[in-house]
Amino acid sequence: MRQTLVVLVENSPGVLARVAGLFSRRGFNIESLAVGVTEDPGISRMTILVDGDDAQVEQVEKQLHKLINVLKVSNLSREPAVQRELALIKVGAEPGVRAAIIQIAGVFRAKVVDVGKRTLTMEITGDSDKVEALLQLLREYGIRELARTGCIAMVRGGKVANSGKSEKGDGEDS
Amino acid sequence: MPTGAEILVESLIKQGVEVIFGYPGGVVLPLYDVLYDAPIRHVLVRHEQAAVHAADAYARVTGKVGVALVTSGPGATNAVTGLANAHMDSVPVVVLTGQVPTTILGCDSFQEADITGISLPVTKHSYLVRQAAEIPRVTAEAFHIAATGRPGPVLVDLPKNALTEKLNTVPRGEINLPGYKPPRGPGHPLQIGRAVAAIREAKRPLVYAGGGVVAGNAGQDLLALAEKLRLPVTATLMGLGGFPGTHQLFLGMLGMHGTRVANMAVMEADLIIAVGARFDDRVTGRVDRFAPRARIVHIDLDPAEIGKNVRVDIPIVGEAGLVLAALREAGTPGETGEWLATLARWKEELPLGYQREEGVIKPQEVIEEIYRLTKGRAVVVTDVGQHQMWTAQYYTFQEPRTLVTSGGLGTMGFGLPAAVGAQVGRPDKTVVLVTGDGSVQMTLQELATVAQEGLPVKIAVINNGYLGMVRQWQQLFYGRHYSSVNLRLNTVGVKRAVGAEDLPTVEGELIVPDFLKLADAYGLRGLRASRPEEVKAVLQKGMNLPGAVLMDFLVAREENVYPMVPAGAALDEILIGD
Repeated sequence: MRQTLVVLVENSPGVLARVAGLFSRRGFNIESLAVGVTEDPGISRMTILVDGDDAQVEQVEKQLHKLINVLKVSNLSREPAVQRELALIKVGAEPGVRAAIIQIAGVFRAKVVDVGKRTLTMEITGDSDKVEALLQLLREYGIRELARTGCIAMVRGGKVANSGKSEKGDGEDS
Repeated sequence: MPTGAEILVESLIKQGVEVIFGYPGGVVLPLYDVLYDAPIRHVLVRHEQAAVHAADAYARVTGKVGVALVTSGPGATNAVTGLANAHMDSVPVVVLTGQVPTTILGCDSFQEADITGISLPVTKHSYLVRQAAEIPRVTAEAFHIAATGRPGPVLVDLPKNALTEKLNTVPRGEINLPGYKPPRGPGHPLQIGRAVAAIREAKRPLVYAGGGVVAGNAGQDLLALAEKLRLPVTATLMGLGGFPGTHQLFLGMLGMHGTRVANMAVMEADLIIAVGARFDDRVTGRVDRFAPRARIVHIDLDPAEIGKNVRVDIPIVGEAGLVLAALREAGTPGETGEWLATLARWKEELPLGYQREEGVIKPQEVIEEIYRLTKGRAVVVTDVGQHQMWTAQYYTFQEPRTLVTSGGLGTMGFGLPAAVGAQVGRPDKTVVLVTGDGSVQMTLQELATVAQEGLPVKIAVINNGYLGMVRQWQQLFYGRHYSSVNLRLNTVGVKRAVGAEDLPTVEGELIVPDFLKLADAYGLRGLRASRPEEVKAVLQKGMNLPGAVLMDFLVAREENVYPMVPAGAALDEILIGD
């Protein structure tokens, strides 16, 4: 089952290698990984999509907790969360099919950001299923190039994953 | 204005460092220049791997953080096995590595290696220092991380320019680790309550004690708990010494080469109380048949160990000593009389044993004799292989921190440098190294360190001319194909080797090396026993001679370690002899 982990880390050199190493060492493939700074410039937020059963992912979560530079680990698969990714898609667009492609983009609320002689480039934001669905439809026109940011996620409602400095390590014995 | 190197040495002194095991080289010259007249003892090893093993053993016997210092590039890569060994056995060491100056870092410079990258999976944490100003904080954090929580090795990579940089003002080394909060305390009261109830209800309880009991200084608490609640105790290799070996509640070691009573107890128990142990495959055997009738209480300081290998019914994250004390306080004994009587009977009926043989030294009798002569009060260091298991079986460990052995990584070559570290850490104790003729040759150069430091280490080489444990597996599981395990010279070898005619001979084969000549070459006393009646005399003489002694025991060549649970088998599928 695909699970979404949000990991807050100290923004220092080598942290990405430490986190990535934990996954590769256990034979886990990271499906997507997105990293960006939080409102605190000293803290980065990683969103990691990983495929594994509950026990495997729980073990990875515990190992992540043990990394000195990791401040907080949350598994968003266990609660309602907003998930988004952004994709840039360069699709083959001969003059005869251009209108049809723009129409498809419209249905998905994708935005055309560049027009070439024989290509169109569009951006789309949404959850992974939505991006996949658009790609599915565009494939028949020929996808020339694809860039995806990887998924980022946030819990719905008032709950926040911020700081977490006082939360890590507490009550883990249940 | 102090340099980075001076600041570092000052920081080490502040951490209470008394001894460093190290090997100099280009980029650490500024540091060695300061160490020249610093109040820290430097033990010069002969290979960087040995520096880390020695620091590791020093930490195990003293309970303090061990420190190793090596240069960049090959110095650092040589230290990697030492780091992995300390990591697997959760030993607090700080390894200082030199690094090329930051100005040429990443340029494939001379003697450059990305050691923080290389060592990521085998360290608890690591630092690449950029400036001298970071040194006080990094040093304080490195020692704090190594020693607290579940201990482990921390690497500090020190570029040369950070060591030579001069500072007007030295920052105070304040620890700033918002993401590091190792669990503390006696565990969650709710889980303690559940464990107390489980112990009260259990008819066949068993304590399974691991290295965490030793590392956590919880031996006294374990003894008090077991005696009050009448709980039988078995220990892992790493846990030996955590509970008195002669105590009537002690069943010996469990696992692949454990006692039959310990393994049968696991199979029959209705409650397992694991403390500071991690359900290693060498302990559990086939994991889905481990303790099939038991509920499992798992006490550990590392939450990631809970439920990692086996299902756990009652998890308790906390400090072993405090948790055991809490259980003792709240606990009442269950009705375990019948169970204890059964175990006592099994212990009687199924003791460890071996067949003595006329004219041939059995390795087990050497270990038994070492135990008798040292009265179980020595610090015993081992290498890895058959001799290690015989030591675990036939030397009865009474106190914590008296067995120093490579448990998790199984590092052949650990023994001799570890004996150096153990003797430096405990000059008041007799240190006995039990090693094999295979293992000892992996770090043999450390005989020079033993000689130079004047360490009175007693070295017993269990010499069977084989890589014995590998040979045993080849005999049992590979149709006696003794592939590349014979360490002696056959007749073809004789013709080829110049001077081989001077080597001692056993059963038509030449023994190589001649350990007596090696002892001579390093200025140590060498003794040899080749017949059973010589064992006691050689050991007595060796123990009584001042200084280091190398004792070469020519033992039965094809003796096997029994009992044995084959890899992947359950603990009741046991081989008990040839």
